[in-house]
Amino acid sequence: MQEHRETAPLTGDPKMLLVDRAMQRVQCRPDALIEVLHTAQEAFGYLSRELLAHVAAVLGIPESGVYGVATFYHFFTLQPPSEHSCVVCIGTVCHVKGGGELKDALEKRFGVREGDTGCDGRLYLGTARCLGMCSLAPVMVLDDLVYGRESPAGSVEKVGRALEVRSDRNGAGRTGRSGG
Amino acid sequence: MSVVTLTMNGRLISARQGESLLQAAREHGIEIPTLCHLDGLEPLGGCRLCLVEVRGSPRPLPACLTQASEGLVVETDTAALVEYRRMIVELLLAERAHTCSVCVRNGRCELQAMAARLGVDHVRFEYRYRLLPLDASHERFTLDHNRCILCRRCVRVCDAVEGAHTWDVCFRGINGRVVSDLDRPWGESTSCTGCGKCVHLCPTGALSRTVDVGDEAARERASLLRILERRAGIREEGA
Repeated sequence: MQEHRETAPLTGDPKMLLVDRAMQRVQCRPDALIEVLHTAQEAFGYLSRELLAHVAAVLGIPESGVYGVATFYHFFTLQPPSEHSCVVCIGTVCHVKGGGELKDALEKRFGVREGDTGCDGRLYLGTARCLGMCSLAPVMVLDDLVYGRESPAGSVEKVGRALEVRSDRNGAGRTGRSGG
Repeated sequence: MSVVTLTMNGRLISARQGESLLQAAREHGIEIPTLCHLDGLEPLGGCRLCLVEVRGSPRPLPACLTQASEGLVVETDTAALVEYRRMIVELLLAERAHTCSVCVRNGRCELQAMAARLGVDHVRFEYRYRLLPLDASHERFTLDHNRCILCRRCVRVCDAVEGAHTWDVCFRGINGRVVSDLDRPWGESTSCTGCGKCVHLCPTGALSRTVDVGDEAARERASLLRILERRAGIREEGA
């Protein structure tokens, strides 16, 4: 395994330094895999195949083993985060107030399925069960901004406007997925 | 090596200390069903078919992972256990598209044999399977996820015997599936040695040798030609 540990296809990337340092800190012990993956995901926002291959090589774990762990835990994501993220609340109150209609309108207009990324990977559409803002129902969270008493037409317009502006805010707001 | 005595199905049997209940049972001619266990592979307790009742334990225990110890009272074949086993096989059948009639292992399949042995003639649960992809990228072998029961025999033999650890299981629950390397197609795996051990141990038709259709045709044609010859004779007689 010693020669494996020399391979570092991603070195040079300052984010990679963080991951390499995390692996050194645990003396490249295979049982520290999850800890290392946490650091890697924090640094890159997601776990790419190249990144997983590098971690596997350095820690001396079979690639399929690393892949198994990375896909087992919902915390880890293997998809690059989308440019924009829109989370529609479908908790009880928002459901009654038409949260589902917001979601349907967005799905239809932007060709993206709930829980997935669409518009060439630029828009992530998620749902949450109660964001704790029932008085504003139905609630939509677009790129970390909360929009209350939203209508299907209004939500489509706001998301459309966000998509017009190209930004490189990498994947913020993917957290509201399961809500509170 | 010390010897312990335990009771299994009302019979006093002896076993070596540290031996599994499954081994002890087999040595005394008591057959406990299993789909994931193979002597020589690390016991996994994955299929849950070898569950047995042990006095003093509030729940059934997997015989492959429970060590024999002095004075244990074990039942391997109670009505409840038989019912659990039947249910487990039904759940396996509900989880993937196990269509025996079009499966390469039809007639030589351990899952099929187990279902027959346990008297599973229907599945009480709703079928939950989606059609999954088939990986025929390897030049000699095929992986059909639709037949996999996730027994991990391939994972274990590839790791422990071949030392390649090409296989593992990714995702979880109903989405769980075996994966080679970083989800590369099997044919492009950099760790697979092509030894075929996984294929030899697969209990179902999930891993199989890719049939060379050309070869098959050449081999099987001879017998068919004899039938056609006879048929031609009969048609001539009739004319």
